[in-house]
Amino acid sequence: MTIQFNDETFRDDYSFHNSDRALKRFPFPFHEDSYMYSVNMEQHQGGPSDSIYEKRFDVDEHYVSEMRDRAIVLADDPLRCQSLPHMTLAGWDLLELIMVSKSEDYPDLFELHRDGDQWRWVNKPMGIDDSFTFLDEATLPYGPMEYITRQTQGDFAVLDQRDDNLWMDAGMITTQADWSLDFDIGMNFFEWHAPVPLAHEKGIFVRALKFLLNIQQGAPARRLNWTLTVNPLLDTSPENYHKWGIQKTSMTPETVGAKQHLRVELQTFFRLPRSNALVFPIRCYLCSFQDLTKTPKWARRLHRVIRDLPDELATYKGFIDNRPMMLDYLSQFDDGLPTSLGIWPDLDTEPPLQKG
Amino acid sequence: MSKFAFPPSMTSRPVYGRLEPRAGSAHLMIADAEGAEAILDVATPDMMAKAHIIYIPKGTDFGDRLRALSPAQYYEGPSYAAAEQRIAKAFDDAKMGLQVYLSGTEGVIGQAQHAAMQAGVPHTAIQTEHRGSTARRMQCVHCKGITEDVETDPFQCSHCGLHLFVRDHYSRRLAAFQGVNIDAEDPGNVPEAKGIYE
Amino acid sequence: MSGAQKIPVTVMAVVPLNELVTRFEFKRTDGGLLPTFSGGAHTVVEMRDGDTPRMNPYSLMSDPMDQRSYAISVRRDDAGRGGSLFMHKNVHVGDEMVISNPVNLFSLDLRAKKQLFIAGGIGITPFLAQIKQMERLGGRWELHYTCRSKALGSYVDELTTQHPNEAHVYYDDQEQRIDLTALLDGQPIGTHVYVCGPKGMIDWVRKTAAAEGWPRESIHYEEFLAPQSGKPFEVKLAVSNKVIQVGEQESLLEAIERSGVDAPYLCRGGACGQCETRVIDYTGNFIHRDHWLDDAEHVSGEKIMPCVSRFEGKTLVLDR
Repeated sequence: MTIQFNDETFRDDYSFHNSDRALKRFPFPFHEDSYMYSVNMEQHQGGPSDSIYEKRFDVDEHYVSEMRDRAIVLADDPLRCQSLPHMTLAGWDLLELIMVSKSEDYPDLFELHRDGDQWRWVNKPMGIDDSFTFLDEATLPYGPMEYITRQTQGDFAVLDQRDDNLWMDAGMITTQADWSLDFDIGMNFFEWHAPVPLAHEKGIFVRALKFLLNIQQGAPARRLNWTLTVNPLLDTSPENYHKWGIQKTSMTPETVGAKQHLRVELQTFFRLPRSNALVFPIRCYLCSFQDLTKTPKWARRLHRVIRDLPDELATYKGFIDNRPMMLDYLSQFDDGLPTSLGIWPDLDTEPPLQKG
Repeated sequence: MSKFAFPPSMTSRPVYGRLEPRAGSAHLMIADAEGAEAILDVATPDMMAKAHIIYIPKGTDFGDRLRALSPAQYYEGPSYAAAEQRIAKAFDDAKMGLQVYLSGTEGVIGQAQHAAMQAGVPHTAIQTEHRGSTARRMQCVHCKGITEDVETDPFQCSHCGLHLFVRDHYSRRLAAFQGVNIDAEDPGNVPEAKGIYE
Repeated sequence: MSGAQKIPVTVMAVVPLNELVTRFEFKRTDGGLLPTFSGGAHTVVEMRDGDTPRMNPYSLMSDPMDQRSYAISVRRDDAGRGGSLFMHKNVHVGDEMVISNPVNLFSLDLRAKKQLFIAGGIGITPFLAQIKQMERLGGRWELHYTCRSKALGSYVDELTTQHPNEAHVYYDDQEQRIDLTALLDGQPIGTHVYVCGPKGMIDWVRKTAAAEGWPRESIHYEEFLAPQSGKPFEVKLAVSNKVIQVGEQESLLEAIERSGVDAPYLCRGGACGQCETRVIDYTGNFIHRDHWLDDAEHVSGEKIMPCVSRFEGKTLVLDR
């Protein structure tokens, strides 16, 4: 299984694209025809072959281009990656977790050679071959968290655990869904989720926190979350909102299928051994509406979920103004047939669309 | 009117209480303007014998009454910035058992709270009481510029000029509320500014 | 449900330290490396005592960075339900056992400007790992350790030889006491206190520190409750549709596990909250012994922590 890495952009000309293989493995986040918040956690112990669940840290065709985009963001705004002083040990834990996982899961792409504290890391797709001393920051070009997350897809929140709470004390956040690490760093679980509507009242965060505090070494967990983004733009940061917000108004009925993207986050949670911190990788997958509607089940369901979503959530997720245009587009495909439960495409059993 | 009942808001927004005397090896009290009233309300002779009061009057005249409490140490200065080095030294020298009391406007409470947290005092162990102006210290999320004493929403950033929605989302580390561009999706469509609590 | 994969280990060494305490060292049976851990973590050791399965939590005391072996120290409790006696009498070099992944409910606050450790008796074990962590990573620490006597002072020699300036030892039989008020007075701001030992010692440290104006968040303690024996009782497990008997010498959690029902747990000592179980119906009285539920929850009759709490009465129906 070799990966052909795309040469593509997530800004300016937006040459991002999904291959047929990427479409097939896209993590469609709705397991039924409606959506409401839930904790929906499950163990992160593998999954179907070539699914995004199979490996601990999924590497796909967008890897090299996503890392290039991250480097651009960091050059422009280094505050997207920060670690409070007590989190350095957790950074080393994370570096070890990723290096061990990737070298075991993708031996053709990554190598880790360890002789006591003397480590050598080879990242073939990015052309990196570095030797360093584990736990000695002086031997790496960046802090340990920044070093490894410049080479790993997805955002990373590294959470300190104390006083029965989790604290956002370090992170690499360049593809965020509209929150600022620089502003939120140091906050506890309830505080950094403060702007999210409805979920507090439903007790979602109390239950989620209880689950996360008890995540154990060797027993990672995962869930999916989602939002919508106009254009395959990774850097939807508040910092740059005054630059990218206008793009939301650029869609027309002719371009909505190509420009409107479903943005799915695969959120995983790992206990880090030496620091007892928790790492929360937030991996982002993008897919245009026109590509999603190629899968009959997803075409039907996407229309129904977007149509029936409460206004508060559509506002929070930032697409309330564009919803009518999206529904005009999606309703062309929804033939009203029932859909099977679960997120998988079920291409062999779901009937082709009768419309569209 | 020095007391104001803030409407309920999101969980990141600070909530203020009433200062109460607590057992401790020393008492550090930092206040501005009408925050002096909260100190006058809580002070006892026992507490004052081990108290260090740092006060920024901002044009009010509570100084004489505070001095009359006979705290072990008293300082009055023109601004938080002027007091900052003294506050830093007070925390550098502090021992466990120190009680921290902050009162006055959100800007001074927030900055002093940050200094205490840096020293290792858990934020939940710091007593705070809001008095006086409800103006806010705000950070523009775009240019990162901080503006003191923001009273209206929307507010035009005093640094980059963007029109900002003044959120209730609050960072203890920055001691500031967040301002986010309000007309990014519809340039020029800026609602008329009004008082934050109007 | 009951968490991560277990680790099969082989006993490498059994080292009696004194009349009451024995150290056990484990390596992975498959020859691989054990996970690293953070100082203060414990592992749950599974024992097969005839027909009785036992699972006891013990603090890991070895170097957290050493992946070749784990060590625990077990104090023999002649009045207990038998887990420590089993370890002392029936566990030998070469035996194969099963342990859990490390779990930490007593971790260091790494922001602390100084760590102040207070240990009583066997409560020294988590500090042995934390001290190794502090030495590896740097940072100020100080230990105050009380033992009954020189003869029962586990690891005293090692501590005082390696850390003459940081380790302070007090012997009860020589009337030596920690002058706690004086110790707490004058500690630099940002100091955190950790206490592990008998319940009375933990209460004493918490109370004294609070009276000296120390913030609650700066005081950390670990107290594992051993499940206590009690009158047998009957429980209906509604989800699995089973009626089970809880024997005099076993906990409710152990009885649930013995019936083949998988129940979540982490600490098995009433502290972590993982085994919290909803009560569907009951007639009788709860004997709550956990630190997890608050007083209102204890009175409500809606929840029970089956690792340490028991029941006396006619009917108990659980959502399990």
